[in-house]
Amino acid sequence: MAESVIKPPKKQLGPVAWMRMHLFSSWYNTLLTLIVGYLLVTSVGPVLNWLLLDADFKGSDPSDCTGAGACWLFINQRLNFFIYGFYPNELQWRIDVMFALLALSFVPQFIENFPGRKWLGIFGMTGLPVVGYVLIPGGSFGLEAVDSAKWGGLTLTLIIAYIGIIASLPIGILLALGRRSDMPIIRGLCVVFIEVWRAVPLITVLFMASVMLPLFLPEGMNFEKLMRALIGITLWQSAYMAEVIRGGLQAIPRGQYEAADALGLGYWKKTGLIILPQALKMVIPGIVNTFIALFKDTTLVLIIGLFDILGTVQSTITDPAWQNVAVEGYVFVAFCFWVFCFGISRYSQKLERKLDTGHKS
Amino acid sequence: MKKQTIDSRPAGPKPWYDPRIRSIFFQIVTLSIVFWAGWTLIDNTLSNMQSRGISTGFGFLDETAGFGIIMSLVPYDATMSYGRTFWVGLTNTLLVSAMGVVAATILGFILGVARLSSNWLVAKVALVYIEVIRNIPLLLQIFFWYFAVLSNLPSPRQSVEVGNALFLNNRGLYLPEPVAQDGFGLVWGGLVAAIIAVVALRIWAKKRQLATGQIFPTFKVGVAVLLLLPALAYLVAGQPLTWDVPALKGFNFGGGITIIPELAALWIALSLYTASFIAEIVRSGILSVSKGQTEASKALGLPNSLTLRLVVIPQAMRVIIPPLTSQYLNLVKNSSLATAIGYPDLVAVFMGTTLNQTGQAVEVVAITMAVYLTISLLISLFMNIYNRAVAIKER
Repeated sequence: MAESVIKPPKKQLGPVAWMRMHLFSSWYNTLLTLIVGYLLVTSVGPVLNWLLLDADFKGSDPSDCTGAGACWLFINQRLNFFIYGFYPNELQWRIDVMFALLALSFVPQFIENFPGRKWLGIFGMTGLPVVGYVLIPGGSFGLEAVDSAKWGGLTLTLIIAYIGIIASLPIGILLALGRRSDMPIIRGLCVVFIEVWRAVPLITVLFMASVMLPLFLPEGMNFEKLMRALIGITLWQSAYMAEVIRGGLQAIPRGQYEAADALGLGYWKKTGLIILPQALKMVIPGIVNTFIALFKDTTLVLIIGLFDILGTVQSTITDPAWQNVAVEGYVFVAFCFWVFCFGISRYSQKLERKLDTGHKS
Repeated sequence: MKKQTIDSRPAGPKPWYDPRIRSIFFQIVTLSIVFWAGWTLIDNTLSNMQSRGISTGFGFLDETAGFGIIMSLVPYDATMSYGRTFWVGLTNTLLVSAMGVVAATILGFILGVARLSSNWLVAKVALVYIEVIRNIPLLLQIFFWYFAVLSNLPSPRQSVEVGNALFLNNRGLYLPEPVAQDGFGLVWGGLVAAIIAVVALRIWAKKRQLATGQIFPTFKVGVAVLLLLPALAYLVAGQPLTWDVPALKGFNFGGGITIIPELAALWIALSLYTASFIAEIVRSGILSVSKGQTEASKALGLPNSLTLRLVVIPQAMRVIIPPLTSQYLNLVKNSSLATAIGYPDLVAVFMGTTLNQTGQAVEVVAITMAVYLTISLLISLFMNIYNRAVAIKER
């Protein structure tokens, strides 16, 4: 055996070799690296300066923003409005409780082997809406009533996204089953419903909900603006949900349907006990993805005059007391959405790999 | 168990256990519920409209609109009818959608390829771009471009100018407009002739390749013909083209083509946002082509460019087309966010102002939804035809 260990050749290992391979492998790659590197260096510096180094964080009013950078104290000052909207200050503990319960139900879903996370998840899907229905509007159990026109900010964004997804799930399941049904009339109705809702933009749905819904209802019966928006969003979202679930239903091998038939199970037993549990598990990543899309789309409610988080920021940056804080406001909202959406999408990708049982086709 | 006589056939299921009869029964029930619900809705709507004094029917389309629109591709002024506002809105929607589809496709394909680049820096920059842009709501991006970037541009008097012909300020981007003079028809004729010539050339080259195996450089010759013939016609006709250059008149620019900031913001945001989704589609499409295909093509001695053109791209397109279609549909639907910044698209003009002025919600909403439904169906149809052309031909 040779005594001396031969050192790995420098040209194939180590940082220099890595750079050779990944940055300067050919003349055009070298050129590309240099151009992109130059652009990065010249743009990242000023952006960082603006974001952090030259930015103002402390102070109490606009005159404290003296630096050349961002004026973050604007966000600081208005944070309460951005999170709670016009919800009365002394009642904001109710929203805080809901935030805590929401986090308690869903954050453990990201942590493997968290004790009882399945039950927490089930609570989040069933019990939480009930608690929220009692707590947020108030008016019962001695809680002071808060008009829905006063809800706003991040709270409203989360309420709309959450209700949109929870309410559209059962409707979406029924529509997907209907679309796969053998009965031509039911299938036709479901196809028309799904395709029409999917073809129109959410804005037209929201306009329709706010303008036409009052016309549809019998006289004397009316909903408030938020409720109308929620009805529109739920119907629209259930069409997308149906398509996601249909994907899962189609991915179940035929043998499963036939085995259930051979066991003599009726339609609802077959669907409820054999097909749906497998199909729903398979489409969890798809459902999470539609949730991300819906979460981003909730910003549209500001067009019909509801104050979601973007709406509160938009109304604040036009406030003459603060000059030129538009970019700060938008960066703040973008950051909030980005953290939520990026986190959830990473989770859904992880889940996709974990749930991939390999018998999809 | 009941005893059965031998000569009788086994009794069929009771009628209420017969799946066929059951399914007919359920369908009749569903249909009657739907009809009942529909009838109730229509009845409510009619009585509500009557009690509020809203007129019905499509007669309002001929009434005078009486409001101005900041941008229109078809001639429009406030004395024209509501029907005309519909066309203005529709053409504006189609314009921004078409611009967005082109830009998003180009940028998306570049990003998708960059994401797979062997150059580490380029791949990472593309990754960061995609992950940042697609996780931020589109409406926020439109607001950012409109309220934070474009409205902070200098005023018309301090415009950024390029070569005294192109001006950029907070009222928009001003470009010189080509004006065709007499004899410009010859250039169009040259272009048409060139297109016919290229098609003929392609057919001939393919025939010759099949017969003799010789490859004719169709692409290079085709580009040359396409450029040279119209240019020749242009010179022969005596250069029949002048430019209408924008110039500062009073407080604003006049002449030339104006791209209003509303259109620019919407276009930029739609393209950047959709491109990040298209990039991921392109990436997964290219990755779906198995390595064996590229290796086989290399083994056959095809150079890299031909491998890409003849082996990788055709197979990747099969995976790319269906999700790309839905991205195009999303882009068209998302163009309705124009309402939020005041770009006069179909939703803003028709479902916004026209609906508010006439109050005929049912008709206006129905027309608008029908338009989007038609656009969606048309795009799906065209993409399905194209998809069938590139799909695997199994024999």
